Amino acid sequence: MALEYYLVLSALLFTTGVIGVLIRRNAIIIFMCIELMLNAANLAFVAISRSLGEATGQVFVFFVMTVAAAEVAIGLAIIVSVFKHRQTINVDEVNSLSG
Amino acid sequence: MSIELIVVLLVAPLVGFLINGLFGKWLKGSEKLSGSIGALAVLVSLVCSIIVFASLHGGAAPLDETLYEWITGESFAFNIGFHVDALTAVMLLVITGVGFLIHVYSIGYMHGDEGYTRYFAYLNLFVFAMLILVLGNNYLMMFVGWEGVGLCSYLLIGFWYDKQSATDAGKKAFIVNRIGDFGFLLGMFTLFAAFGTLDFGTIFDAAEADNFQKVFGTSTLVIATLLLFVGAIGKSAQIPLYVWLPDAMEGPTPVSALIHAATMVTAGVYMIARSAVLYEIAHTGQVVAWIGVLTAFFAATIALTQNDIKRILAYSTVSQLGYMFVGVGVGAYASGIFHLVTHAFFKGLMFLTAGSVMHAMANELDMRKMGGLKSKMPITHWTFLVGALAIAGFPFLSGFWSKDEILHSAWGSSPIIYGIGLVTAFLTAFYMFRLIFVTFYGESRVDSDVASHLHESPSVMWIPLAILAIPSALIGLLLGWGGHDSWFHHFTKGAFPDAHHEASGNVLVFMVISSVVGLAGIAFAWTRYSKRVPSDEPTGAFHRLLANKYYVDEVYNALIVQPVKNGSHFLLWKLVDNGVIDGIVNGVAALIRFIGGLLRRLQTGLVQAYIISMVLGIVLFLAYYLFFT
Repeated sequence: MALEYYLVLSALLFTTGVIGVLIRRNAIIIFMCIELMLNAANLAFVAISRSLGEATGQVFVFFVMTVAAAEVAIGLAIIVSVFKHRQTINVDEVNSLSG
Repeated sequence: MSIELIVVLLVAPLVGFLINGLFGKWLKGSEKLSGSIGALAVLVSLVCSIIVFASLHGGAAPLDETLYEWITGESFAFNIGFHVDALTAVMLLVITGVGFLIHVYSIGYMHGDEGYTRYFAYLNLFVFAMLILVLGNNYLMMFVGWEGVGLCSYLLIGFWYDKQSATDAGKKAFIVNRIGDFGFLLGMFTLFAAFGTLDFGTIFDAAEADNFQKVFGTSTLVIATLLLFVGAIGKSAQIPLYVWLPDAMEGPTPVSALIHAATMVTAGVYMIARSAVLYEIAHTGQVVAWIGVLTAFFAATIALTQNDIKRILAYSTVSQLGYMFVGVGVGAYASGIFHLVTHAFFKGLMFLTAGSVMHAMANELDMRKMGGLKSKMPITHWTFLVGALAIAGFPFLSGFWSKDEILHSAWGSSPIIYGIGLVTAFLTAFYMFRLIFVTFYGESRVDSDVASHLHESPSVMWIPLAILAIPSALIGLLLGWGGHDSWFHHFTKGAFPDAHHEASGNVLVFMVISSVVGLAGIAFAWTRYSKRVPSDEPTGAFHRLLANKYYVDEVYNALIVQPVKNGSHFLLWKLVDNGVIDGIVNGVAALIRFIGGLLRRLQTGLVQAYIISMVLGIVLFLAYYLFFT
């Protein structure tokens, strides 16, 4: 299969992620959208790596997954903590840093 | 005489200062020890001074040596160096001799004072600074000493710093002296600009050389000497800067005796005598003499109506300093310095006796509340009488010789100066004996509770009085016998340029006139005050003018102090500080605040707003990257 299909899918996934992050208010959904963006990038990495016949891109994917795992752990902890304090995870209501 | 000796002479009081100053806390328990250290330090200096004097008297050449280089630059070098000639030796003996006796006296006088060790530390520091002033071989060292004595004077006037009037007087002395010191500084700059050095020897030699006067003309020297004289006016309390000296009497009385009568205030006279060469070339001596004689007269008239013992003595000091300036002004340098010496003894003596009276009278200074002290305090009375006779020019006592020499020399320069000086001599005798008759004779007007413990001072106080009384009476006769051929003139001959103003007329005639005038003053005081007490209320306009010291303080207050204060208040504080400076500072703050107010709208606290800006940023960069490169 041609590389373009993979890249188009990756771009669509990424765009979905960005739009999700921008328009959703639920912190967990936003989080999931971020994961979507990361995985879109992963897909692009793997596809290009395959097409070039080189392993570097795949190695990057492992790093991205590791970082994503760590990020999820911390992010979920923050969300739990925010929820305990405010009984909400709507990001519009978490705005005490407003200037 | 070696430079090591001079170093010991100079450093001894500094060591005393350090011991009393640094370890005073531990010495507090033992006043005797603290005072003895102070006195001992000066005694060491006194012994060294005597050795210096003896070797100079024995014919040794004057010493002019550099100890080390202090500041060096590309085109200049300032050294720590000493110049010791006859003039220095005389000053050394006065400073350490009178200084030692006053230290001893202070041991008794300051007994029980809270700041006992602090007092001796300051006093030692003063002696050290004064020694630097007279020992230095350049104007910079002189200036260091000059400022040092000024500092000590300030510290000691305000010694009882919990008394408002004392701290005010200290500040007044310091500020008024700054004006004079500024002149001194400018004079030094002028000399440095002309000669490229501040060394006495180099400057004097260069000034005498013909080519200097061709290159610079004498106008440079006229400016320099007049500026230096401004310094002398401040330090030696002449018109118009004399106002600080009467107020300086707020300090402890021995301080008045040492600093504000015997030594520091004569620094100006010393400076002019030291710079005699320059004054001779510039012909500015006339200015000095006129300021001197006017001050002498002016201060004497004020002294006529004062009732505070120390203030009378203070105005008398101003007046006598005026005489010294007449002496050095008319070119009779040796006579001026001679009067400095005799005055140091008899005025120091009188201040100490005044202190003795205060000591007995529970710090009372108003002589209208005294009277009849003669029987209660015989030694104080007799020693004061000796001092008063000496200053009044009683025949063959000290003041007679020195004042007569000055007046005689003044005659040769200007008969008007002589005339004013003679009138002043009459006034001097009058106000001194007014003081004596009112204080020591007549009915006792002492408050009964003070009278009950009225007593003669302890021996540690009256012995210095007795010792000082002897030179006060005799030193004039010993040193001054023979007028311009006297021992003193021979001894100091090498230190001064040849006087071109030869005194004319018969010495004896002048002596007789002076004596008659002095005795007339005493007699006049006797007729007026032997029975009568000065009235509380001044009678007549002129009397009121004198009693209020010509309103000089009020005039200065109105013309200088208040405008400066108002200027500071309205112009500097309200306008410049509050308006301009604060305006700039607050303006910058307000600007930042305004910009911040605009920018803070970006900080919405909404995560997604941040993300949008981030995404937009990325898109913009990508677009730029894709389409424009």
